[in-house]
Amino acid sequence: MNTALKNTALFAVVGLMIAYTGVTQSWNTALLVMNMGLISAIMALGVNLQWGFAGLFNVGIMGFVALGGLAAVLVGMEPTTEAWSAGGAGVLAGLAIGAATIALGIYLGGRMRKGLVRNLTVLVVLIGGFFLYRAVFDPSVAAVEAVNPALTGYLGGLGLPVILAWPVGGLLAAGAAWIIGKTALGLRSDYLAIATLGIAEIIIAVLKNEDWLSRGVKNVVGVPRPVPYEIDLQNDPAFVERAAGFGMDPITASTLYVKIEYALLFAAVLLILLWMAQRALNSPWGRMMRAIRDNEVAAEAMGKDVTARHLQVFVLGSAICGIAGAMMTTLDGQLTPGTYQPLRFTFLIWVMVIVGGSGNNLGAVLGGFLIWFLWVQVEPMGLWLMQVITSGLADGSALKAHLIESAAHMRLLTMGLVLLLVLRFSPRGLIPER
Amino acid sequence: MDLLNAIVALLNFVVVPAMAYGSQLALGALGVTLIYGILRFSNFAHGDTMAFGAMVTVLVTWLFQSWGVSLGPLPTALLALPFGILGCMGLVLATDRMVYKFYRAQKAKPVILVIVSLGVTFILNGLVRFIIGPDDQNFADGERFIISARTFKEMTGLEEGLAVKTTQGITVVTAVVVVALLFWFLNRTRTGKSMRAYSDNEDLALLSGINPERVVMITWLIVAGLATIAGVLYGLDKSFKPFTYFQLLLPIFASAIVGGLGNPLGAIAGGFVIAFSEVGVTYAWKKVAGYVLPESLAPDGLIQLLSTDYKLAVSFVILLIVLLIKPTGLFQGKSI
Repeated sequence: MNTALKNTALFAVVGLMIAYTGVTQSWNTALLVMNMGLISAIMALGVNLQWGFAGLFNVGIMGFVALGGLAAVLVGMEPTTEAWSAGGAGVLAGLAIGAATIALGIYLGGRMRKGLVRNLTVLVVLIGGFFLYRAVFDPSVAAVEAVNPALTGYLGGLGLPVILAWPVGGLLAAGAAWIIGKTALGLRSDYLAIATLGIAEIIIAVLKNEDWLSRGVKNVVGVPRPVPYEIDLQNDPAFVERAAGFGMDPITASTLYVKIEYALLFAAVLLILLWMAQRALNSPWGRMMRAIRDNEVAAEAMGKDVTARHLQVFVLGSAICGIAGAMMTTLDGQLTPGTYQPLRFTFLIWVMVIVGGSGNNLGAVLGGFLIWFLWVQVEPMGLWLMQVITSGLADGSALKAHLIESAAHMRLLTMGLVLLLVLRFSPRGLIPER
Repeated sequence: MDLLNAIVALLNFVVVPAMAYGSQLALGALGVTLIYGILRFSNFAHGDTMAFGAMVTVLVTWLFQSWGVSLGPLPTALLALPFGILGCMGLVLATDRMVYKFYRAQKAKPVILVIVSLGVTFILNGLVRFIIGPDDQNFADGERFIISARTFKEMTGLEEGLAVKTTQGITVVTAVVVVALLFWFLNRTRTGKSMRAYSDNEDLALLSGINPERVVMITWLIVAGLATIAGVLYGLDKSFKPFTYFQLLLPIFASAIVGGLGNPLGAIAGGFVIAFSEVGVTYAWKKVAGYVLPESLAPDGLIQLLSTDYKLAVSFVILLIVLLIKPTGLFQGKSI
């Protein structure tokens, strides 16, 4: 069987599984799986760029995804004018002072002559700058957060169309990736893993605690949509008439219509990114990346700047994760920093890439759909399994209750097991690299 | 100005907690650094290995408590600790046999081993949650304080109290004993020397007839012991919750890297550097400053540099600075 046929068959199988959900459960569920599958596929594409092309191990995908989500809020939400006049200028000034302090510290550290004088100067600049920053920043933040805290209490966004947030999310993630890459790349590969693990946790901590920015654990709800609202469609006589033409009631028709519009938007983004990734893979640049991955020493001897290329691909891959994160927040319509879990947003994406086939863009996309489908279905399957296993036990026994309650943790086990088994027995994945 | 009270406040709120936390981090970082030195990869599953060992100890402690066995003023968990270590040793040997051995034989790149260890992390995490549940578990018993704030105040007549929890005392004492034993083992025994030789130069060690599988096995056994002790001490001191052990990974790695990966002495120093910075940066210095400074200069704010929500950021920033300035760590680590 040739590759093209096999790949088509694999995609067809995943498509059929989703369609089967549509027939047996509901088309709304199937479209929900489809939409998240599209977003997962984009994230997997980004990680594949880093791991498949360049062999970089990024354990901080969650952080980049969350930054994308922040972008959706910062771009899409209406600005809170009251909060801006209360402390907006102070917050911006505080941030500027903070950034200037760090920049000055780095500049002096690089420019002055090595020795005690330099170290002391840099230390004084950093500490002085920190206190100045806190003095300007803290009162403004308090003022911003005091503005109607139950509803706003944050600066809000720019009130621009939310689609613009998608590239902005990519930019934010790229910025964070640049800082991490600049420090940790060029050292041992493990250091990048540890540094990305750290930045992800810190980004989540910032989103949870900086109420002026993201409302913290109070969540931002009602992020505007790029597609119409169901309720407007239901009130639109033309739409109701068309739905009736298909023999559907307007409520179901409107929910399906909205989800299909999202699916089309996401599919467009996925196709563009996939096309770009394929072009990159087959270009001289892609071949160079793979040469670096396979033998860094030889590539360096050929005059390739390994660290710079790694930084480049690391930033690009993270940016794609940021775009996907902004899309996800748009789809959810809310930013909930408490829900970002490393299992769901870092580890799962890794399983997608490795199962799908690292180094192959189509493989990553396939893995995205397949693993997301399994992820949604594993919990009911685990529950069912537990019920079968415990069916022999008496009702009300402590062990039975414990086992059924624990079924929720089956996901961790299953996903870990899937990753280990694939890495061991089929390390090239479903659609291997050519 | 009241220097005595300032010192007591400083001891009470910064030095004592940081010593205990530093000992826990140092024990954790020793495990990471040993794996790195011998097996040459960063073991992401270390936090969850700690959680697993601690979980076995918690379960055995509960069993002892139900039998009415106790150590008097000391926590029963100390009695259960050997069983926890045994359980954890069984677990790591099983994972090594089933998972890591294959890649070692293949001479896989370290980054593959890191990914594999991430897979193990999630399996262990799932296993622990499956057995004991994701919630906080309390298993500390015995006397709560070696010296409580009130007795200290009555004894000395100072305004500030100095409280030392039993768990903090036990943590530091255990850490000292364990570290002493470890260094004696590494420097004085034949097996320990063969481990150091293997870590320094694998090929030469093989040539001189050292059995690599034996070295690896003994490393895993030691690491299981260290991880369980660190996990139990942390659980006694704070509380046992599976997810916190995953979050401990970052400070533990930061400790190991700050000290120099692969260098046991560095791991200990790194643990204390991280612990003291974390506690020092997130502590509100108002009280201490109030005693030291004259009244007119007494601060209004809390003088807390960072809120405790960002304590992870402290280890991260230290990690970044070390990577930027001296990637081999304070003590000469293995390699960059």
